[in-house]
Amino acid sequence: MSDIKEQVRAYIVENFVMGSTKFVLNDTDSFMDKHVVDSTGFLELVTFIEDSWSLTVEDEEMVPENLDSLANIEAFVNRKLSALPQAA
Amino acid sequence: MSNGIPGPRSLEIDCSAEVDRISQWMVDAVGQQLHRRGAVLGLSGGVDSSVCAALAVRALGEKKVFGLLMPEIDSSSTSASLGGRVAEQLGIEHRLEDIAPALRAIGCYRERDAAIRAVFPDYREDWKSKIAIAGGPKGGVNFFRMIVQSPSGEMFDKRLPIREYLQIVAATNYKQRVRKTVEYFHADRLNYAVIGTPNRLEYEQGFFVKNGDGAADIKLIAHLYKTQVYALARHLGLPDEVCTAAPTTDTYSLPQGQDEFYFSLPYQQMDLALWSHNHRVAAADLAQALGVETEQAEHIYADIEAKQRTTRYLHLQALLVEPVFVRTPE
Repeated sequence: MSDIKEQVRAYIVENFVMGSTKFVLNDTDSFMDKHVVDSTGFLELVTFIEDSWSLTVEDEEMVPENLDSLANIEAFVNRKLSALPQAA
Repeated sequence: MSNGIPGPRSLEIDCSAEVDRISQWMVDAVGQQLHRRGAVLGLSGGVDSSVCAALAVRALGEKKVFGLLMPEIDSSSTSASLGGRVAEQLGIEHRLEDIAPALRAIGCYRERDAAIRAVFPDYREDWKSKIAIAGGPKGGVNFFRMIVQSPSGEMFDKRLPIREYLQIVAATNYKQRVRKTVEYFHADRLNYAVIGTPNRLEYEQGFFVKNGDGAADIKLIAHLYKTQVYALARHLGLPDEVCTAAPTTDTYSLPQGQDEFYFSLPYQQMDLALWSHNHRVAAADLAQALGVETEQAEHIYADIEAKQRTTRYLHLQALLVEPVFVRTPE
């Protein structure tokens, strides 16, 4: 499931830093501390996550612990996916 | 970092001295720096624009200040009448410009309603709506809820997806931008400067529309906290309704406080929080002043910084590839 991080990284690089090759984002870097994702950016990121993995991010889940690094997002998405009912 | 426990006294100012200081500065700014013959401003009936009008009259005299009342269909029924009363009391020339036809023609309501209908398919023109902020001060990511009310009074409430949120805000931003266009028409016609009326809470946290209410030649109260603006309103003898009115956006059809839409805290608390942030007061001391847990005060500081980061671009001039200095003649 490590491609979750790669998909989010690719989305951020393409949309938030306009594909800049100088930009380095480590797995545990805080998007806020790196000034790469602002308040509007987090809402865009939530829509990307919901669309990419067909899940719903609840209001109370809109917290930095779930969204503020590649590693946090991967753990959050994995938790959400494992909580979904298994397809028959 | 600490400067002790902040309190209401932290925001006290000498109103008389402040009025003198702003007036003297304005005389120089308008005449010597901007080379205009007077000043234009929009009057919403709110405390900020009313105080700015009164300050302009103190500085320039009532014959050199021109007021505009610019209601549209979602404006409160009292905003234009209260703005008119302020203009009458100050003795300034003023004009009513209903901006609803211009907004309708440019698509403000149509684009807004299309985005609302993407979230609430039953929404029609006779419904009412507003946006509320959530998340930030509780330590979460800021997000926005849309609240709509049917003509029968039924309320519906949903989190706004980002695309619809951005389109609703973009459409309603037409209101501030059309108002500014009207202000500049009169400023150009009269060779006047345009007064911007943001207070410090709005200015520092980016609660304004770029090239809308954020555009101006001169800003008289951007350094003053809201509590201080109310103090000046009373000192300047403005009508009671102006001195006691709660801050609203006056932009959406349902009643909407500025705290609900953007700041998340009532202005008295937001003033203390922003003052404390600016004076490097420890979160624990702010918490004591607000009567909340230290953790919440930390969230409030984080929320202020998140808003400042997100809205930094609103303050920027257009960026240039390299500095271009305009040589001013000797």
